Amino acid sequence: MLAKRIIPCLDIKNGQTVKGVQFQNLQEAGDPVSLAAAYAEQGADELVFLDITATQENRRTMVSLVRQVSTVLNIPFTVGGGIQSVAEVGDLLQAGADKVSINSAAFKRPELISELAQAFGSQCVVLALDARPDPEWQVYLKGGTQPTGRDLLSWAKEGVERGAGEILFTSMAHDGTKNGFALDMTRQLSQSLPVPIIASGGAGQVSHFVSAFTEGMADAALAASVFHFGEISIPSLKQQLDHYGIPVRL
Amino acid sequence: MNKTAIIKYPAGNIQSVLHALDRLGTKAVWTDDPEEIRSASRVIFPGVGEASTAMSFLRNSGLDEVILSLQQPVLGICLGLQLFCKHSAENNTECLGIFDVQVQKFEANGQQKVPHMGWNTLESAQGSLFQGIAPEAYVYFVHSYYAVQSEYTCATTPYTLPFSSALQRDNFFAVQFHPEKSGKIGQQILHNFLTIN
Repeated sequence: MLAKRIIPCLDIKNGQTVKGVQFQNLQEAGDPVSLAAAYAEQGADELVFLDITATQENRRTMVSLVRQVSTVLNIPFTVGGGIQSVAEVGDLLQAGADKVSINSAAFKRPELISELAQAFGSQCVVLALDARPDPEWQVYLKGGTQPTGRDLLSWAKEGVERGAGEILFTSMAHDGTKNGFALDMTRQLSQSLPVPIIASGGAGQVSHFVSAFTEGMADAALAASVFHFGEISIPSLKQQLDHYGIPVRL
Repeated sequence: MNKTAIIKYPAGNIQSVLHALDRLGTKAVWTDDPEEIRSASRVIFPGVGEASTAMSFLRNSGLDEVILSLQQPVLGICLGLQLFCKHSAENNTECLGIFDVQVQKFEANGQQKVPHMGWNTLESAQGSLFQGIAPEAYVYFVHSYYAVQSEYTCATTPYTLPFSSALQRDNFFAVQFHPEKSGKIGQQILHNFLTIN
């Protein structure tokens, strides 16, 4: 049976891991290569590396980080943050990334999704959506600071039609709160779209993961600080998910 | 002549396969040179991409004949497995025909998404690739097309329907999952392939 995936997310700034509470007050959390290896050892199903200060000069740092990570990591990983072009994606995949996540650039130029799907296949194109209920769910850009007025579900549908193979949905209203995932919207996306949905934003306790998979019908759940700071350990999280009858890779 | 060759053709990146072999202490060459491929002790045929593009490349370069002539253990991975089959529904592509098997597309339903992406179990896994692998071990899949079950099936995986997650015929082995991305289980499977007599 296909397992529900647990995905630690490593926010990267200048080659180091950081995680902000609601994207502010960034804190140091460690060296990405050793963290990645440790997570794989603990049973993480996949990793996401998010370049939160994506600039041209940082891109080269990121490609070299991807290369280092891929030599040690025996599980899949996704790289995201500021990706704008087919050429950049080519470099990241060539360096060993399995998938890329795209966000603002795809929103501004939706053809990017189709171009990437055409060039590399839908399986490596993750469309990241940051959104907030205002009270209707709308898409935000720039780390959740810039409202777009675009309805979340309609953009997600368009993204999938254009070739996105997976959706990474972050609720900016839940991110950093540790009060749980945005279950209703996660479920709506999962029921409306034929591709896997990764729930993100709000993980604080094991029960939040349980409800992301049951009530939220997510295919995967992503979290950062609860893992980085050892508040939830992946082996015990998976044991408890298994206890609740959720299929996980133990 | 204890050398592993990875067939070079434009189908996705092979870094992760090279790295996985490296972690097992095996240096592999990435090559499209027929002599180098034929003289290797083992051949790996990886692939992420689209079937018809990959097949026309193999035909135009003559690599199709090279692959068919191989006598040493050969391992097809992911798209590699599909290209070893007879025909793929992906752009109605005639494939290599090592396995007389059809490749079909998964149909998404409410519960099960396409692509089939993530960790799923190996069931009834048998043969040399799966020595020492516990029943229902999890491996990592990313694909939208699958090989139907057949006499060559040596492991199945349940999804919208049970499909062939591994095939074998003589010296030709093929896996739909990515052993190079399947943690310790995947490493064991690669190790098994590298030590087949």
